[in-house]
Amino acid sequence: MYANLRWKVLTILVVTALAVWAFYPPRTKVKRGLDLQGGVHMVLRVHTDDALKIETETASEQLREALTAAGVTTTSVRATSLTEFVVEGVPPASDAQLRQIADQQVTGSFDRTAGGGGTYTFRMRPNVENRGRTEAVTQALQTVERRVNEFGVSEPVVAPYGTTGDRIVVELPGVSDVARAKELIGKTARLEIKLVEGVASDEATLLQAQGGKLPGDMEIKPGLASRGDASKVLYLVRRTPVVTGTDLRNAAPTVDEYNQPAVRFSLNSEGAVKFGKATSSNIGRQLAIILDDFVQSAPVIESRIEREGRITGSFTQQEASDLSLVLRSGALPASLSYLEERTVGPSLGADSVRAGVRASLAGLALVTLFMLVYYKLAGINAFVSIVLNLTILLGFMAYLGAVMTLPGIAGFVLTIGMGVDSNVLIFERIREELATNRGTRQAVAAGFNRVFTTIVDTHVSSLIAAAFLFQFGTGPIRGFATTLFFGLLANVFTAVFVSRTLFELILSRKPAGAATLSI
Amino acid sequence: MQIFANPNYNFIRWRWHAIILSAAVIGSGLFTIYARGGLPLGVDFSGGTVLLLRFDKPTPEEVVRHALGPLSADAQVQTSGRPGDNEILVRLPLRKGLEQGASLEADAKEVEAALRGANVGTFEVRNRDIVGPTIGEDLKRKGIAATLTSLGGILIYIALRFRLSFGIGAIVATFHDVLVTLVFLTWFGYELSLNVIAAILTITGYSVNDTIVVFDRVRENQRLARREPLDQVVNRAVNQTLSRTIITAGTTFLAVVALYLFGGEVLEGMAFTLLVGIVTGTYSTVFIAAAIAIILSRRVGSGGGAVTQAQAKAKAQTKTKRAG
Repeated sequence: MYANLRWKVLTILVVTALAVWAFYPPRTKVKRGLDLQGGVHMVLRVHTDDALKIETETASEQLREALTAAGVTTTSVRATSLTEFVVEGVPPASDAQLRQIADQQVTGSFDRTAGGGGTYTFRMRPNVENRGRTEAVTQALQTVERRVNEFGVSEPVVAPYGTTGDRIVVELPGVSDVARAKELIGKTARLEIKLVEGVASDEATLLQAQGGKLPGDMEIKPGLASRGDASKVLYLVRRTPVVTGTDLRNAAPTVDEYNQPAVRFSLNSEGAVKFGKATSSNIGRQLAIILDDFVQSAPVIESRIEREGRITGSFTQQEASDLSLVLRSGALPASLSYLEERTVGPSLGADSVRAGVRASLAGLALVTLFMLVYYKLAGINAFVSIVLNLTILLGFMAYLGAVMTLPGIAGFVLTIGMGVDSNVLIFERIREELATNRGTRQAVAAGFNRVFTTIVDTHVSSLIAAAFLFQFGTGPIRGFATTLFFGLLANVFTAVFVSRTLFELILSRKPAGAATLSI
Repeated sequence: MQIFANPNYNFIRWRWHAIILSAAVIGSGLFTIYARGGLPLGVDFSGGTVLLLRFDKPTPEEVVRHALGPLSADAQVQTSGRPGDNEILVRLPLRKGLEQGASLEADAKEVEAALRGANVGTFEVRNRDIVGPTIGEDLKRKGIAATLTSLGGILIYIALRFRLSFGIGAIVATFHDVLVTLVFLTWFGYELSLNVIAAILTITGYSVNDTIVVFDRVRENQRLARREPLDQVVNRAVNQTLSRTIITAGTTFLAVVALYLFGGEVLEGMAFTLLVGIVTGTYSTVFIAAAIAIILSRRVGSGGGAVTQAQAKAKAQTKTKRAG
């Protein structure tokens, strides 16, 4: 009798039960990749330059305001590059004052160099620049995540991608309206409300009132003329916004007095204070509501407003609700562009699952048939270990939450083929040993023992290939590498342990001397 | 049932024939690849747009091409899937200046708009792949890196477990398989996609797997019969494992044939790659890996230069004697 046979059988049964428990029912427990359930996969790049530009402009604006407030005259304060701005024409008498104000306002982030003749250059510190870029990506990631979550997709993926540090991967399973999803994700949604200094259809007219020159504290933004009028006009607005998107507390779709879709927003307490002050002292003037550098509307201030406001324009219902969604989720710190987009229609995914299952079953049937013909009853042995191999593989996948993809199914089919390899190796060796006229039991034991090192060698080399594949791979390929990897691991167990136990089980029922084997 | 009762073929005698045959296949294949201006890269690596459309009625390629109008100058249009599927694949190469804002999808949108405008019946976009130049370059680099590093990893493992000459033999055989597979892919008009690269990497694993089985047997035989010349030992090992080699190749081939036939259009290229790889992997195990290992083992002993058959045998004999 074989020792511990009872325990070996029990181990196999327990492992099988655990595996089945892990993946059953597969429809809910085995995660399917986008290629099997349909959806969209996108890789986006965050243009971190945008964030730096905004930071530099904000710093230069702050300094200008502080200088004006302190009565220091300058000929210009302007950004000269992404990370640099210049103050020109500071009178020698105000030199000390400028240094003092600059130290208070921007020196934490910008290095100052004096160029002579009252010119100062402020350059962003390298560590501040790096932090700015990283923060922009993190913020963009969080913003996209919030938007995706509000979009109502089950199990979306929003994650950093690659090694360049400025890429994000977004995966939306089951989404069919890709255009809308992209619109929602990619919209910068930078809201600014600024005081209007003039409206005109061309730049010259606009600047006439300012003496033909754009004042340093103002800027020109294009926008819609008025309700129901699609023509574009130019707005001369103050550079410094009254409130921005960061002052928002909430936004929701609504309708305006003409029953047109609009977006209603409310401000947080800090924003309400600023808004209240600006509106009460500017009654009768226009406020430009600017979204992504485009003036949506410029209503006239009729009374002091604190918390509530409304964005009207020519929106559809859908646009109004999408705009409120992106305003709620916050502005992106930088614009995004798409580097890659893959969309799989749901019907193709379903077809692929069907095709994959059919291919697996056909593969299993063909291989089993061959093994039965060639190795007779021992073929059953091979069949059992392959089925168990696939069962454990599925269990692993479900337990680890690994994603099943279409190439993953190919990995399954390949596992069937490779799984047979170990069985063939062992069976051939047993046949060889039987040919030397040893006893059946010795032949079986020798067959398994001799082949063991070979099985270890072959599996390790294949595992190396699978590991590199995983490391290299994106979505679908990873699915392939994962199935291959766990298929190989499961195979060591089934081919060596399970198959041997099955042989021993058969032999143990026969008298020791006269045992024969159908192989 | 048994295919080979007691095989005793002299494979080693055929080694130069095999090497010449392989060189001829790879050489003419590389020439084809060179002549067509590089490997047939799919959208994953070259960048561009691929649309898989399913029409509600049979729609010939010509009709779609005509409907595309000026777009069809660059577009490749071909039917896909089974006859009843009414599927058309439209490919567009990468246009310059894309990848800013949302314009990456400009080509796809134009194609869809052109077809909706033309009178070609309704269709559904089943699959849409748009790969920008950055990602294409990225994937290309990663693909090459993955193939080379996995070969390197396997070489190190084999060199540790066996003699270096055997490790080189296994790697040469694997390289051979990768090249032959690439050549056949080009000849049969398949494009290199991510899936195909995955299949090629699988072939490297499979091919080395196959080779290791033979080398393991060589090692075992050497332990038992130290006086035997190396080429005889190797030849015996190849014969002893021949049944296993053929049967494993056969069963894996059967499984992959099922994948090729039933796996659907997305997996066809992958399955084809695996089919070619299994055949060449088996061939290279028997004819290339062992031959290279023997040739290298001799060169190490003789200090280079041509060695006649008899001299080589004598050298191998003295060498194994010394080792024993």
